[in-house]
Amino acid sequence: MADHTVKAFDEDITRLRGLIAEMGGLAEVAIQEALDAMVRGDEELGDQVVARDAKIDALESEVDRLAVRIIALRAPMADDLREVIAALKIGGVVERIGDYSKNIAKRVGMIEGRDRFEPLTLLPAMGEIASEMVHDVLTAYAARDPSLAREVIATDAKVDAFYNSIFRNLVSHMVENPATISSAAQLLFVARNLERIGDHATNVAEMVHFAATGTYPPEEDR
Amino acid sequence: MDFRHSLPIAGIVLANITIAALIILDVDPIIAISVLIVWVGSLLLASGKPPEPPAIIVEQPISIDSMRKLVENSSTPMLVTERNTIAAANRNARKMLGQHIIGQDARVAFRQPEAISLFATDSNGTAIVRGLVRRQDIWRVNRQSIDDDLAVIELINQTAEADISRAHTDFVANASHELRTPLAAILGYVETLSESSENLDSPTAKKFLSTIQREAERLHSLISDLMSLSRVEAEKHDAPRDKLEFAEVVERAARDAAGSQRTDRLTLNLASGAYVHGDRGQLEQVVRNLVDNALKYGAPETNVLVTLDRARSGEARLCVEDHGEGIAPEHIPHLTRRFYRTDPGRSRASGGTGLGLAIVKHIVERHKGRLDIESKLGKGTRITVRIPIAKSDPEPANVSSRPPERVWEEEHP
Repeated sequence: MADHTVKAFDEDITRLRGLIAEMGGLAEVAIQEALDAMVRGDEELGDQVVARDAKIDALESEVDRLAVRIIALRAPMADDLREVIAALKIGGVVERIGDYSKNIAKRVGMIEGRDRFEPLTLLPAMGEIASEMVHDVLTAYAARDPSLAREVIATDAKVDAFYNSIFRNLVSHMVENPATISSAAQLLFVARNLERIGDHATNVAEMVHFAATGTYPPEEDR
Repeated sequence: MDFRHSLPIAGIVLANITIAALIILDVDPIIAISVLIVWVGSLLLASGKPPEPPAIIVEQPISIDSMRKLVENSSTPMLVTERNTIAAANRNARKMLGQHIIGQDARVAFRQPEAISLFATDSNGTAIVRGLVRRQDIWRVNRQSIDDDLAVIELINQTAEADISRAHTDFVANASHELRTPLAAILGYVETLSESSENLDSPTAKKFLSTIQREAERLHSLISDLMSLSRVEAEKHDAPRDKLEFAEVVERAARDAAGSQRTDRLTLNLASGAYVHGDRGQLEQVVRNLVDNALKYGAPETNVLVTLDRARSGEARLCVEDHGEGIAPEHIPHLTRRFYRTDPGRSRASGGTGLGLAIVKHIVERHKGRLDIESKLGKGTRITVRIPIAKSDPEPANVSSRPPERVWEEEHP
């Protein structure tokens, strides 16, 4: 992006992007740690993830304040305006991603008979794809790279396919082992949360594309 | 110093003009000329002295430009930040983190919480950051402040070190797993035999016993492989000193590996007279493992060709070639890893321990040799071992080694 006459505007934009990146980094770690805690049954780690979500929330309100301030004081135009609007929206979405991770972490203590519960082994692979999407979309945001953003959008199909197969797997597991229904139902929610994280990463990717090019990605990608 | 350059021409011209003016103004020419001489003389005297050094040397503030030049070609990715905005990044850092990071907030390049908390404090320090570029990466981020605004950030890749320590844990886990598998079978069959011996007919009991024996033998070969592996590793750094005739070692070990049943599948084409420094037992083990693999994984009824000749670089070259289904290229780099199997089921069924090639690799390394594996799917595999030929030494044994040297030359002109 070209430099602006008003140096303070550049500084504000840089700070805004830094805040978004910081939120994203926290959200990435939250997904991974929430799943780690889920698979290992580490409630302490789960509690940490829940506690750290407050930091993401605080950052989101900081992003909001800064974005509103930039719009009010500098009245940005064209790509500058897109940049600020995108940051405003991405901040909200990343905060949601953090909430989903928190939700996964909250369910750690609700799984019973962890040792003999095979559906647990299905989740990490799905979580890996979802957190990779979040990682890639944040890299795309940092680099203002629309083509990487489109790749992320294409990956969402994989997460959806995973979700469907985990859903079927869990349902058949519930039919065979009625005793584990409550635990399996919790895992359904976890899988659902991961699927939502994938969708939100797709949303961010669309906004990255918008901020970089001024258009939303073509429909066939979405 | 060139005198003319220090000549105070301006001063002399000024003196001349002044004297000319004095003469025009009717001053005594003798006084005027003596003033001129004193003036010009003092000018010349002063010009011979070196210029006085400047009183205070002002310390130049470090410019980002000079730092950029300093770090540009460093092999370590390095960045310079100015109030937590990335002011400069050297080539490796740009390659790693992307061209876009310059001018951005440091958090855009390092969004991991560990790194952000390092940058939030203004102090020097390091942080271990996971997943900086790819998921499994581990980098050490080192931040050193230069002044109030500027700081240098250095990135050190520690993924490999973490890999090594993981490899060690993996090895222990793999080894215990491999040892437990045959043991579980033995225990199971022994239990069945002892609890229901009266209900078992003798053929079944015999079958059980033969399974027990097979598993026990596998356990035995596993343990002896593990022991020889650890022995080779322990001796890795002391070079073997015995001088051996390589062809003799190869022939004996190859026939030994083939045994009486498979010996007709073996084709030996060995040039004699290559002397190498080596450990007889270990070199035999190399040949035994390679030939055994080739016979085992080559298609039945096909020949295994063992060639020994001299490579151009003064090395003895041993090739073991089979005609089997070959190995897929993606497996080849991993073949010498312990317990690595391209097809676990088949390898275990044929009694493999998963350690053979790892042992070969370590022995060849100890002999300062090289191991190459080539394979074509559907055609077969060729494994080449090169070991340096022993230099002729002052010992009298040298004389006896001469004639075979000639034989070698004749066979391979």
